[in-house]
Amino acid sequence: MTGWGAVLAACAACFALKLAGYLVPPRLLEGATAQRLAGLVTVSLLAALVGVQTFGAGGGLVLDARLAALAVAAAALLLRAPFVVVVILAALVAAGLRAVGVG
Amino acid sequence: MTELAAERLHRAAAWRQSLSVGIATGAYGVSFGALAVAAGLTTAQAMALSLLMFTGGSQFAFVGVVGAGGSAAAATATAALLGARNGLYGLQMSALLRPRWAVRPLAAHLTIDESTAVGSAQPTEGSRRVGFWATGVAVFVLWNASTALGAVLGDALGDPRRWGLDAAAAAAFLALLWPRLRAGEARAVAVAAALVAVVTTPALPPGAPVLLAPLVALAVVALRRARR
Repeated sequence: MTGWGAVLAACAACFALKLAGYLVPPRLLEGATAQRLAGLVTVSLLAALVGVQTFGAGGGLVLDARLAALAVAAAALLLRAPFVVVVILAALVAAGLRAVGVG
Repeated sequence: MTELAAERLHRAAAWRQSLSVGIATGAYGVSFGALAVAAGLTTAQAMALSLLMFTGGSQFAFVGVVGAGGSAAAATATAALLGARNGLYGLQMSALLRPRWAVRPLAAHLTIDESTAVGSAQPTEGSRRVGFWATGVAVFVLWNASTALGAVLGDALGDPRRWGLDAAAAAAFLALLWPRLRAGEARAVAVAAALVAVVTTPALPPGAPVLLAPLVALAVVALRRARR
C-alpha cells in the first residue's frame, strides 16, 4: 500500500522542477555542460530502471521470462516499432512463456 | 507567397504534429495505468499521478520503485531526479515562448518531452506557441483518459506476472531510453548505470540501486574526460 503523502510529495517535487525552469533567470543552468549532464542523468536512471525491472525479484536477482521479453522489445525498437507495440509485445512474450511453464 | 500565408501554413503543420503526437503518447497511458495498479497503487492514486505529476518517465519510475518494494522516499527521489530535465525544458521554452507571468505555472505543468520537442521544432514564434500548447493539452487529455482506462483494466486482470506486466514495465523503460542512446557517451553511461544497479540490488534496500545511477553517470563522464 502506497501512501497518498508519497504520491502528492512526488507530484509536488516534479511540478516544482518544471516551474523552476520558468522562474529562474535564464543565465543560470545555461550552457552545454549543464544540458549534457542533465541528459546523461536521465539516461542513467532509465537504464538502471531497465536493469532492476528485468532482473530484480524480492531483493535478489532472477533470470526469467522478463529477459526474453526485453530482448524481443529491443528487437522491436531496432525495427522502429512504436512505444505501445514494444510494451505489448514484451507482455505477450513473458505471459506466453509463463503459460507454458517457463520463467 | 505572402508572409501571412506562410505563417498560416506553419501553424497548420504545428497543429497536425501536435495532434498526432498527442494520440501516440496518450495511447501508452493505458500501460501506465495498468502498471501502476499492478504495483499496488489504487486507481485514484494512478490517476492523481497522471493529473498532477504529468511526466511519463517519472510516473513509470515512481510505480517501478514502489512495485519493487522500495520506500516512499526512494520512489519520490527517483521520480524527482528523472523530472529534473523538465526544468531545463522550461528554461528553453520560457526563452522561446516568453509567456506572461500569469500563465507560467500552466506552461510549466504542460512542459514534458513531447510538448518541448514539438514546440521547439517549429520555425516561427507563432507556430512554436501552437506546437507547445496544442501538444501539451492533447497529451494531457489523452494521457489522463487512458490512465483511467488502464487502471480499471489492470484492476480486473489480477496477478500482474501472469499477464507479463512486470516485463512490460522493463520494456517501457527501455523504450523511453532508446531514443536517448544515439551518442556513444550516452550508451556508455547506460551500460554502466544498468550494471551497477543490477549488481548492487542484492546488497542494497529496494529503490537505492537506481539512485546510484546519476553518480555512475558523473563517474563515466569524468573517466572519459580524464582519458582524453
